Amino acid sequence: MSVIEVSKLTKYYGKSRGIVDVSFNEEQGEIFGFIGPNGAGKSTTIRLLLSLIHPTSGSAKIFGKDVTTHGPEIRRDIGYLPSEVFYYEGMKVIDLLKYSASFFDGDCTQRMRELSEYMELEMNRRISDLSYGNKKKVGIVQGLLHSPKLLFLDEPTAGLDPLMQRKFFDLIRKENARGVTVFFSSHILGEVQRLCNRVGIIREGKIVEISDIRALQKNNYKKVCVTAKELKPADVKMAGVTNVQTDNGTVSFFFKGDINAVVKKIGGMKLEDVTIEEPTLEEIFMHYYE
Amino acid sequence: MSATIYRHEFLIRLKSIVIWSLSMAFLIVFFFAMFPVFADQAALMNEFMEKYPQELRVAFGMDRMDLATVLGFFSFVLMFVQLCLAIQAGNYGFGLVSIEESELTADFLMTKPVSRGQILTSKLLAAMTSLTITNLVVWAASFTAITLFRGEHAYEPGTLILLLIGILIFQLFFLSVGLVVSLLVKRVRSVTPYALGLGFGMYVLSAFSGILGDVKLELVTPFKHLDAAYIVQHGAYNAPLVLLNAAVTVIAVAASYWLYTRRDISAVS
Repeated sequence: MSVIEVSKLTKYYGKSRGIVDVSFNEEQGEIFGFIGPNGAGKSTTIRLLLSLIHPTSGSAKIFGKDVTTHGPEIRRDIGYLPSEVFYYEGMKVIDLLKYSASFFDGDCTQRMRELSEYMELEMNRRISDLSYGNKKKVGIVQGLLHSPKLLFLDEPTAGLDPLMQRKFFDLIRKENARGVTVFFSSHILGEVQRLCNRVGIIREGKIVEISDIRALQKNNYKKVCVTAKELKPADVKMAGVTNVQTDNGTVSFFFKGDINAVVKKIGGMKLEDVTIEEPTLEEIFMHYYE
Repeated sequence: MSATIYRHEFLIRLKSIVIWSLSMAFLIVFFFAMFPVFADQAALMNEFMEKYPQELRVAFGMDRMDLATVLGFFSFVLMFVQLCLAIQAGNYGFGLVSIEESELTADFLMTKPVSRGQILTSKLLAAMTSLTITNLVVWAASFTAITLFRGEHAYEPGTLILLLIGILIFQLFFLSVGLVVSLLVKRVRSVTPYALGLGFGMYVLSAFSGILGDVKLELVTPFKHLDAAYIVQHGAYNAPLVLLNAAVTVIAVAASYWLYTRRDISAVS
């Protein structure tokens, strides 16, 4: 079952572009990565799905319901962690969380305590006294305390130290294992790679690729690094080779095609070292952006 | 309507309500405490007033106020109270939804399972409650001041009540107009200048309308719609103008709902 169905969603702010003709689906239980540089339209897409802003054209459905007409109903089962968190400065953490919980049916106290303990959040401090990272933790607890079925994470790790980032990812994985669907927007590819099943790449407001994360890594390219005496970039020139770079006697390049061809080619050389590996998402990503 | 939002909205405004209410109460009581002096030396006072240029007296509406009577003097006091209360109501109106946007807490609120309509209704009701409390304090202060200082002078309680009810109508105008203006502009960065501008602007318009006489500026400003001097003179509201005032309020509220439910909440920029 599709949890999110987006079809030809377009948003213009006056004349300036937000997103254009964005279409994708996210299935139940997926962690969908949404990657693109700043200003590509990631936040615009999320804000449209949360009906914080209204589409110029196109439509989006969550849980099978249209987001513009069934907003309140849909939001009952949604958790949202914005990239920058802002809360009522004068309030204490505990009061803010209680205020947040009071919008939802059922008692969230137990879960609120568990989450805060896990994220090492101090409940009795004032929001205005919190550091950026600590505010982010409030955001995480706030976004999860009502046990949502769908989570929107908009560049969630900014401001968290690596230890907390790992805890946070574990938390998201745990939630996902319970059946929670996650929509994860980021420009940091490493974290998308670690967490997501499928990714959509957005650039200048348009989706350029939607693919299984493994397919993205496997089917397309191999990264080959060859070290040999007096090796010149021209020596590796053949069909399917791109992005040739030389660094201190090591020649590295991307290869797409029959792997035997490249093995045969370097088989004829007197090698000092060779590696053939999956390119990181980062490297693939740069490729899309060129 | 969401009880949660209503409670939250009311509590964040509580301090402001207390400060406004107490200031108004002090203003009324201390100002009105001077009434016995004015009343005792009515002849002298009126002679003194004659010395001011006609235009100035008209601008302040003092040509039609008899400071020697209880309600005449009270409407003189009320002029300053009205100006302050206009700023209070304008403040609440301009800030009602714009503060959430400028302090970027709108994202928090609007990703909760409530509709925009529910949010606005709850906020409006909370603001009206705040204004009602201020009004109750003003009522209490007014009756207390008059009872304490009127001495032997009689007054018409019915007219006083008309004056006091007028304050609420007057405040609702500033609340709703503030709200709709805040939704018409892209972003309100700071609420107070807007509220001061609207309050003083309307006041100045009303003063000019007095000086220029024939210009129909009273159609615009609530200070004329609910002119205390007129109410005291006639013992009744200037019905067409009060209806006009109420109509503007209703239209402003309706337009606010329309605008708010269609509003794009822009991200951090």
